[in-house]
This record gives sequence, structure tokens and C-alpha cells, in this order.
Amino acid sequence: MAVIDLANPSRFLKFANRTIPWLGGVTVVAFAFAINQAIAAPDDYQQGATVKIMFLHVPGAWLGMLAWGLMTIAALGTLVWRHPLADVAAKAAAPIGTAFTLMCLITGSLWGRPMWGTYWVWDARLTSVLILFLLYLGVIALWRTVEDPSRAARAVAILTLVGAIDLPIIKFSVDWWNTLHQGASVFRLGAPTIDRSILIPLLLMTAAFTLLFAALLLAAMRNEILRRRVRALRLMQASCVS
Amino acid sequence: MRLSASDLACRRGGREVFAGVSFSVRTGEALAIRGRNGAGKSSLLRMVVGLIRVAAGRLALEGGDPEMMLGEQAHYLGHQDALKPSLSVGENLRFWSGFLGAAAADIGAPLAAVGLEALVDLPAAYLSAGQRRRLSIARLLAVKRPIWLLDEPTSTLDAAAQERLGEFMRAHLDGGGLIMAATHGVLGLEGAQELQLDQIPSPQAAEASS
Amino acid sequence: MSPLAAILVRDIRIAVRVGGGALIGVLFFLVVVTLTPFALGPDIVLLKRIGPAILWLAALLASLLALDRLFAADHEDGSLDLILMGRAPLELVVAAKGLAHWLTTGLPLIIAAPLIGLLLNLDGRAEAALMLTFLVGTPALTFIGLIGAAIAVTLRRGGLLLAVLVLPLTVPVLIFGVAAANAAVAGSVPFGNPFTILCALTLASLVVGPFAAAAALRQEME
Repeated sequence: MAVIDLANPSRFLKFANRTIPWLGGVTVVAFAFAINQAIAAPDDYQQGATVKIMFLHVPGAWLGMLAWGLMTIAALGTLVWRHPLADVAAKAAAPIGTAFTLMCLITGSLWGRPMWGTYWVWDARLTSVLILFLLYLGVIALWRTVEDPSRAARAVAILTLVGAIDLPIIKFSVDWWNTLHQGASVFRLGAPTIDRSILIPLLLMTAAFTLLFAALLLAAMRNEILRRRVRALRLMQASCVS
Repeated sequence: MRLSASDLACRRGGREVFAGVSFSVRTGEALAIRGRNGAGKSSLLRMVVGLIRVAAGRLALEGGDPEMMLGEQAHYLGHQDALKPSLSVGENLRFWSGFLGAAAADIGAPLAAVGLEALVDLPAAYLSAGQRRRLSIARLLAVKRPIWLLDEPTSTLDAAAQERLGEFMRAHLDGGGLIMAATHGVLGLEGAQELQLDQIPSPQAAEASS
Repeated sequence: MSPLAAILVRDIRIAVRVGGGALIGVLFFLVVVTLTPFALGPDIVLLKRIGPAILWLAALLASLLALDRLFAADHEDGSLDLILMGRAPLELVVAAKGLAHWLTTGLPLIIAAPLIGLLLNLDGRAEAALMLTFLVGTPALTFIGLIGAAIAVTLRRGGLLLAVLVLPLTVPVLIFGVAAANAAVAGSVPFGNPFTILCALTLASLVVGPFAAAAALRQEME
């Protein structure tokens, strides 16, 4: 069955119903393994055990940005190709991305307090991630405000595309501006600068969280399709009663 | 109970809408207000309700509750439906029933009477114009008030619904109420008085023609 | 169900279901606070010092948000006509609507304020004082706002006019709210002085607001 066949909502529901259970199982296993490795990882000689907040903070950041990237592609799907599931995916991804971004902000704040003496500074990276969080909330508010899902989808698509400018700003903020935040240590030209004993658990945790994201996204998309069916049924019900 | 007016005049936006209007409606009687668009049918009803100030003349209610204003003893069915789209059919009716002081908390009977009981949990946004009108009529059935002031009550209603409305109005009159209704069409009430707003000469028209 | 309870429940339901829900006021609050370092610079010492003032200004603007639809929505769908025909006094109905507005706009602001205060580097004492001034002061913002909302009820796009009418009236609340919050931190003035005046302002607005708003509504509906 080609991926394009999933474009049909009914087929997608069947695919989702089959996939979500085992994807959930794989996610649990991945977490079990990743958390095990994370606990076994050595403490930082300066920060001690608090460095391990990184294992929540970094995946939160990456997935918060990944979700918006996914929403951007979905936005193109809605506006350009008019793919039927594009706006379902966009609407489902928004709250999940918001949650990961919030996790990134809160864990970062708790991590920074012992190091910087404050819960928050207005440096470039933190501010641009906060802006991303606000953009997410704006998108969710827009979804809720416009009654008709397909009209809402087009408005949200435009907002998503404009907001995507924040993603490169977040990525390069630590290079472009003088910030308190640590510079890029994984995705950079040349080798990663983190020691392998920390890098491996970090990548494992990120992989586990990504699987979680995929499972949640499929479940949320399924819910959204069912929600739209309920709405269509209600419209039919109203027109059937004389 | 007698609702009467003598030499009523209405002024809106500096323009005189009507003048010299008199009528008298007793318990068990109905009055049909007729006239072309703009003659002031809606304004007259709103004046009786108390939403528009009386410019000249007298409006009196005898036999009603002396402690209450006229509007508090009347139902007004205007052009708008007073329904909130985000609330369900049941929630809308339950609100008006509670706010206007219905004795009973049951909304099932009025909804069934207008044929909307199957849609009780449906958000009001999904209703058609006729269904919204019927929900407004259910409000008149849910809360007992002696005076009904209806502005084009049959608009947006199909033939069956108009029949049912005629039955409700007859039942209301038999139960000791009175009705004033502005309408272009047929009310379906025998023996209803007629008030033609066009034919009452206003001083301005009289001056213009002399 | 009594008429006033019916209005209260209905307005809360509508506020929670329509538009962005009850939390859009908090989102606006957060956005305004986020904007200030862009304007003032990221100096956290400065932000900490003027933090209470920024938060009060943001809360004031966020409270205004839901006000212009408060009466206008009822006017447009004919509900206001029927409300005027109800047996409950209009002043109490207006007060019930004000209470619903505060519960869905003011109360979320009070809960969100400490978290957002962290963005401005406020310490625990400042946050506690701020929450207390919000608790006492936001009802005043709502009930003063009722007056402007009632005056602007028949206007289609009354939002800006409403702001122009209401904001000057809320100046005393702003002054004493910020003064109380600052007093708790700086300590040169005892907290109780501006705080009790703030309480007095709120109590006065709880009475004056509904009466003035009801009078304005009756005038506008003429």
C-alpha cells in the first residue's frame, strides 16, 4: 500500500488503528533502554547530576522545532496540494509541539537557575524559543476560533508558514548573538563536541521521545478525523429533523 | 385583563414613524397589526414591550400585576432569535426558561411541542432558520406569560410549523392570554381584530396633502 | 435556577467555548510581557524593578479584551431585548455578567501572573504582593470596564472607543495596584496604605459599575 493511499481518511484510520498499539510498545521499550543509559551516564564534573536535565531539555527543543517543521510541510500540503489529511496533521501536531516546547522552556529554566542565578534571561536563544511557544499558542487559539475546520486550516497554514522563520533564528541564535546559552554542540560542521558517554544517552532519549511524538501524532490525527465525522453527523442530524 | 392605547405616537431618529394609534385588546382576543414595510409595525410592538419610549399618547394595562412593568408580563418574539450558537438547543432553552422565571424546570415538553426534542444536545449553530424560529417559540411555551407580542411570527416557518403555531396561539387565548401580532400573512385566528398602520393619517401626511 | 445564576452560568459557558476560550486573555498577557524586553532591553535588573508595573499594564490591557463583546453580542442577537424584559433588576444582571467576565478573564490572569513574573525576574515577595494586588484589583478593572462596554454597546466596532473610555477610569486602580506591589518589595511605604485604598476602589467599582452600566444600557437601547 503506497503512502499516498493514506490520504484517504478511512484508510488512514485503519492504518492508525493497526500502528498505534505496536508503536506505543516500541516507544515504551525505547524509553526503558534510554532512561537506563541516561542514569548510568557519568555526572558532569562541574554541574554534577543536574547536567542530566539535558536529557529532557534537548529532546524537548528538537521536537518542538520538528513539530513546527511538520506543521510547515502540512501547511504547504493544505495551500498548494490541497492534501486532505494535511490540515488534520497540522491541527494534531500543534498541541504536541506546544507541550515539547514548554518542556524545553521549563527544564531549561530549572537547569539555568543554579548556573545563572535566575530562572530566565532574555538572551537570543531563550527568547526565540519563547516566541515559538507563543506562536504555538496563537495557532491553537486560531484553530479554536474559526468554526469551520477547512477555513481554519487555510488561516493556520499561512500563520504557520510565516512563523517558520523562527526556526532558523532559534538554530543560529547562539551563533549570531552573544548569548548565555551554550553554543551548538551536536549539529555542527565537524564532529560533535560532547563526549560520547553523554552523547549516546542523549541520542537514545531523543529517539525515544521522537517515537513518542509519532505515536501521539497518529493518535491525535485519529481523534481529529473522528471529531470531524461527529461534526458532519451532527450537521446531517439537524437537516434530517423536519 | 385589557391592553389599550390611545393616540400613541412614535419618533425614531427625528422621523415620526406613526401617530394617533389606538387599540384595545382584552383577555382571549388577538390583534393583527398590518401595514407596508416601514409603517412601524415592529416599532409599535417594541413600544408596547417598553423598549421604545412613548412619544405621545397613552399605553395602559388593566388587570395585570401592578407590581410589574408591562414588559415583565409579556413575551416578545422579534426578528432576532436570541440564541447563542455555541450553546446547545437544550442549554439555550434552559437559560431563557430559568432567566424569565419559568415555574417548571422541564424543557422537554416545550421542545417536543415544537418538534425539536431530538436535537436537544445539538449546538444551536447547526440549526436552520426555521428550526431557530421554532426554538424561539418553545421559549413562549416554556414560560407562562399572559401577553404575547409577536413580530412576523410565521416568517421562515413551513406550512406544518405555521399550523402548529396557530394551535399554540389558540391555546394561549383560550388559557386567558392575549396576543398582538404584526404580520403580512394570515394568522389563522378567527375573530382577530385588525389594526392598519398605513391608514392612520399622521399630521405630517395631513399637512402634505392639504 | 434563579435568573442571575442562569446568566452567570450561560456567560461562563460562552466565554469558555467561544474564540480562544478563557485562556486567550492569559496568552495576550504573556505576549505583552514578552514584548517589553524588546522595547526596554534585556537588562534583568531593570526588568525586575519595573516588573510589577509592566505586569499591571499587561493585565489591564488583557482585561479589556473580552469586554467589547460583553453586551454587544447580546444586543446583536436580540438577547438584550429579552434581558430588559426579565424580572431581575438590570443592575444585578449586569453585575452577574461582570462576575462571569472576571471569573473567565481576571482569575486566569491572577493564576498566571506568578509564572509570567518569573520572566521578569521577580522574587517570591514581589510575586506574592503582585498576586494579592491582582486578586483585589482585577475585579475593579472588570467592573469599571462594564461601564464602557455598556456605552459602546450599539457600536459595531466599539473596541477602540471602549478602550479610550475605560482606560482613563482605571488609572486610580493602576496607580494603587502598582504602588502596593512595589511597596511590598521596596519597603519605603507600608504595603497596607496603597493596598487598602485599592480595596476601597474595588468596592466602589462593584457598586458604581453595575449602576452606571445599567443606566447606559437603558439609554442606548432607546
